[in-house]
Amino acid sequence: MHHKNSHVVDCRLDQIKYLSERYVLMLFTLPFRILGMLPGQFAQVRIDGAENTFLRRPISICFVPSPTEIWLLVQVVGEGTKKLASLQAGSIVNMVLPLGKSFSIPMDRRRPLLVGGGVGVAPMLFLGKQLMDTGLYDKSSIHFLLGARSKSDLVLLEEFEKYGTVHCTTEDGSYGTKGYVTQHPILQNQSFDQVYTCGPKPMMQAVARYAAEKEIDCEVSLENLMACGIGACLCCVEDTTEGHLCTCTEGPVFNTKRLKW
Amino acid sequence: MVNQEVNLGGLRLSNPVMSASGTFGFGEEFQDYLNFERIGGIVVKGTTLLPRQGNPYPRMAETPSGMLNAVGLQNKGVDYFVQHIYPRIKQYPTALLVNVSGSTVEDYAETARRIQDLEHIPGIELNISCPNVKEGGMAFGTSAAGAEAVVKAVRKVYHKHLMVKLSPNVTDITEIARAAEAAGADSVSLINTLLGMSIDAEKRKPHLSTITGGLSGPCVKPIALRMVWQTSKAVRIPIVGLGGISSATDAVEFLLAGASAVQVGTMNFIEPGIIETIADGLVAYCERHKVARISDLTGALEVVGSSPLSCETK
Repeated sequence: MHHKNSHVVDCRLDQIKYLSERYVLMLFTLPFRILGMLPGQFAQVRIDGAENTFLRRPISICFVPSPTEIWLLVQVVGEGTKKLASLQAGSIVNMVLPLGKSFSIPMDRRRPLLVGGGVGVAPMLFLGKQLMDTGLYDKSSIHFLLGARSKSDLVLLEEFEKYGTVHCTTEDGSYGTKGYVTQHPILQNQSFDQVYTCGPKPMMQAVARYAAEKEIDCEVSLENLMACGIGACLCCVEDTTEGHLCTCTEGPVFNTKRLKW
Repeated sequence: MVNQEVNLGGLRLSNPVMSASGTFGFGEEFQDYLNFERIGGIVVKGTTLLPRQGNPYPRMAETPSGMLNAVGLQNKGVDYFVQHIYPRIKQYPTALLVNVSGSTVEDYAETARRIQDLEHIPGIELNISCPNVKEGGMAFGTSAAGAEAVVKAVRKVYHKHLMVKLSPNVTDITEIARAAEAAGADSVSLINTLLGMSIDAEKRKPHLSTITGGLSGPCVKPIALRMVWQTSKAVRIPIVGLGGISSATDAVEFLLAGASAVQVGTMNFIEPGIIETIADGLVAYCERHKVARISDLTGALEVVGSSPLSCETK
């Protein structure tokens, strides 16, 4: 009997929280227990009833409170995500999950930095919890660095605070340090031995440069445009040191050593 | 009990629902999502003589009811397939066809020759219609002489089932179909993607790195159906219909238009278990309509009245 890693499931939307003008948090119940979901993995979410959306939308798993629940953080950017954000509690949403490779947790690291920008903060929450769950880290040694345009876009801060120390930057200076994540003083004041990042590509590239200068291992989560999400269409390829690799199956998490950044 | 078996000019399929090349990987990617015994056949990803990196990213743009792709035949080459992939997939309980592509007639023939002796590959699909590679590909599929030359060359070295995949990017697809038949094709599959384009108005830039790409999905279905119907009037060899099939009803429409089997392509990206759903739905359709054999649906379109307009396009 073939062991299934991923499933096509109808999930029930239990709660939808409007966090800001652009972000909603969607809390779903799965139809059965799915074990082994990991931070960095994503769900392919089908958008029903939107006129011009044809493909599923890949959305990073934000949190897994239990094997029958997942949270998705959705940034409203286009017709598909707008449709998702308009759903009422009780709606059924079809997903394929979990997909992709997760962040790695090396056993010999103790001072991780988790950098999230915009909607890219989503997997960092789950990763923070995963790091805590290993028992290898104490809360004070896990640092989140979260960046956004302004205060209203900094979401889920109280959740992040459960798993580490939270540092923030905003582009307009309305909260935390003014500027980009790479301008935050902790990058110079503190030393880290592992960097994880997810967010806009220029931000991740800047974080990757910082990690390279400091000779720290860095994992990034890419958001290349996808069709299938399961390695069949070959549309989401990233040009890596090993040639074109599918972001959906070889990633979305890549060690920056494999990328041509 | 509905008899689901179809016979494509000697190639027997347990049911008429196959996967289209380039949309089902090598099958392995789909093991979590469906029972492979319910797949009529798998046409594996386009294979060329030498490895190909494919086109640069971005390679995809979503369109209303469809998508454009510009993958450009990324694959590791036929030898890699024979040595590494074939041993992993050869025991699948379904007909396995390899989609063969090339830049020259010699490429096609040599690639076919290297697949010839694989016991569990009963046939190949000759791709003379890929719109995403510069030389060859579609160039062979857009003229009768080109199609004839490449099919003839492959026919000489390849002695199992030879299916030829046709391009819709032509004035008269029946002319190409007839050329393929005359050159020794055992069946034709149609349609490959339609050449299309998508623009980001805000950035004033094309969405695809290659500017143009191949359009697929439900939006192309009426065109595909029309071409299958026209081709069924023009050739005697079996036709495999594809283009935007997303339900059993769509599959029935292609059979009625003259197809003996169908391929499901782009919809695998959205519903990875859809081939099984469609295969089951075909049985349900036959039960509902008291059809004993799915193959009885082939060409069973009932046309009332005078000669249809579309025949006058020739």
